[in-house]
Amino acid sequence: MKIIVCVKQVPASNETRLDPVTHTIIREGAEAILNPFDAFAVEEAVRLKARYGGSVSALTMGIPASATMLRRVIAVGADEAILLTDRAFAGSDTLATARTLACAVKKAGLPDLILCGRMATDGDTAQVGPMLAENLGLPHVSDAAQIESIEGGALTARRLTDDGYARVRVKLPTLITVLKEINVPRLPSIAGILRGEEAKITVWNHGDLGLDPEETGLKGSATRVVKTARPDLSVKAEIISGAPGEQAAALIERLAAKRLIETEGRA
Amino acid sequence: MTDTIRPGGLWVYCERGGGGVRPVAFELLGQAARLAKAMGCPVTAALVGNPEGAESLARYGADAVLCAACDADQPDELVQAGALAALVEKYRPAALLLGATAFGRSLAPRLAARLNTGLTADCTGLDVDPETGLLLQTRPAFGGNLMATIVCPDRRPQMATVRPKVFPVPAPDMTRSCPVIVEQSPAAESAVELIERIASGGGVNIGDADVLVSVGQGIGGAENIALAEKLAKKLGGALSASRPLVDAGALPYARQVGQTGKTVSPRLYIALGISGAIQHMAGVAAQTIVAVNTDPDAPIFRYAQYAVRCDCGAFLREMMERIGN
Repeated sequence: MKIIVCVKQVPASNETRLDPVTHTIIREGAEAILNPFDAFAVEEAVRLKARYGGSVSALTMGIPASATMLRRVIAVGADEAILLTDRAFAGSDTLATARTLACAVKKAGLPDLILCGRMATDGDTAQVGPMLAENLGLPHVSDAAQIESIEGGALTARRLTDDGYARVRVKLPTLITVLKEINVPRLPSIAGILRGEEAKITVWNHGDLGLDPEETGLKGSATRVVKTARPDLSVKAEIISGAPGEQAAALIERLAAKRLIETEGRA
Repeated sequence: MTDTIRPGGLWVYCERGGGGVRPVAFELLGQAARLAKAMGCPVTAALVGNPEGAESLARYGADAVLCAACDADQPDELVQAGALAALVEKYRPAALLLGATAFGRSLAPRLAARLNTGLTADCTGLDVDPETGLLLQTRPAFGGNLMATIVCPDRRPQMATVRPKVFPVPAPDMTRSCPVIVEQSPAAESAVELIERIASGGGVNIGDADVLVSVGQGIGGAENIALAEKLAKKLGGALSASRPLVDAGALPYARQVGQTGKTVSPRLYIALGISGAIQHMAGVAAQTIVAVNTDPDAPIFRYAQYAVRCDCGAFLREMMERIGN
């Protein structure tokens, strides 16, 4: 079974610098990590390979320094890695990102399974996975909490829904986005780290993908960020002091006055 | 009749689930009525499946209902994206809003990619630019450290998913009614088969709760968690938790609030022993926050309207004494 796992390098901190003109993230020079959700996708890919055989390829789009992250993904069990890097890709919104990734998946060869983290912690959109599935004409299952089995050309998963969970069966090839409860990612072994350091990372630009530069990056994006603002955290709480009993009484009085709680005539 | 669905309208996707139309659709219809005035266009409620009872959506602000009729009784992204794309291509709305439910956030990107248009995720603010008439879509990013306002200048429809419970459900106007237009949707085969539904977290969806009593590392033991749950029930709400308690196995993942858990928008959020890290607060869009914590420097106090510096156990016992039993 051939698996592609999509990963993204994100800022290690949520305190991030933005380009004052385009309002896009300045990724150069900032400490970066593998998107925490993608670590679960990588682990799941490696576990499925152990169970069913096959290969795991990691795919990312990012700045050249993302190669370091890909080496760490190889260190925990991926067989190979592809880095899509090009100034033309910079500033991509989710639509342009998914289009670019879809070109790379087609060039690499459509796998049986694509795994993605449910979202990246910088954008928090959870959109690229389903968009990539659509671009490739594949069904998708988002928010998988468990991949139970892959049998007879179909995958059975448990997904988180608005009302609990649902067990679903989807035909391969498919794309699955995973939640953090799906597994506990392993740490790399020394041998793994060495394998990662020695691995050859495949690097593709827009020309390699046969992608018109107008269709990717900021130019190929449908959305524009027109304003960014720090949320106002200057709201000063009313401090409710006193002994615990007095505090509880005072709080109940205030919440009842705002009709946030019912006091049943017991103010 | 179809004049009410002329091109350039503002559409609200009305998701069905949990035994009816999900309440976020009513919230969005209310907002759409406000936005449509600024855009000078009517509001259309778009849905997939059975049109029965759909005319009642007029009470919440719909000027027309457009239903893609199909016999799919389960929410299915492929089927619904196909049905909605056909409606959009025929009637050409200017904008389409969807609730940022689990299904909405899975369906919307699929639909946007099919329509090759822009999509903004999990908005908490919507407005119309008075000069350009563009939909201004505001959302938190970087775990809530930044609010970004996003537009989709050239492609249509402008699409956004909108976080549930950010906007109020409008008071229904029982005198309103509207035409219901039914379109046969193209046949689409589902590739995802539902085997079974499993209710979890006691069947409680913390995203729907009006009141949340939420516990963190400072809650101080299982007996206090049990007390917190009692208080939550007494207030007609639910119990939720921050990440460390879920990671420690004290509560199931379905109860986790925050960037890596669920986003919640209750009217009242009582945070017990939660420090208020930005990753936690990214998931909280509450009208009123009460913070109970012994640490006077806990960041949660910056978000709270009421700060109670107190031991959680003592606080809970006093609260239950006054409103419990």
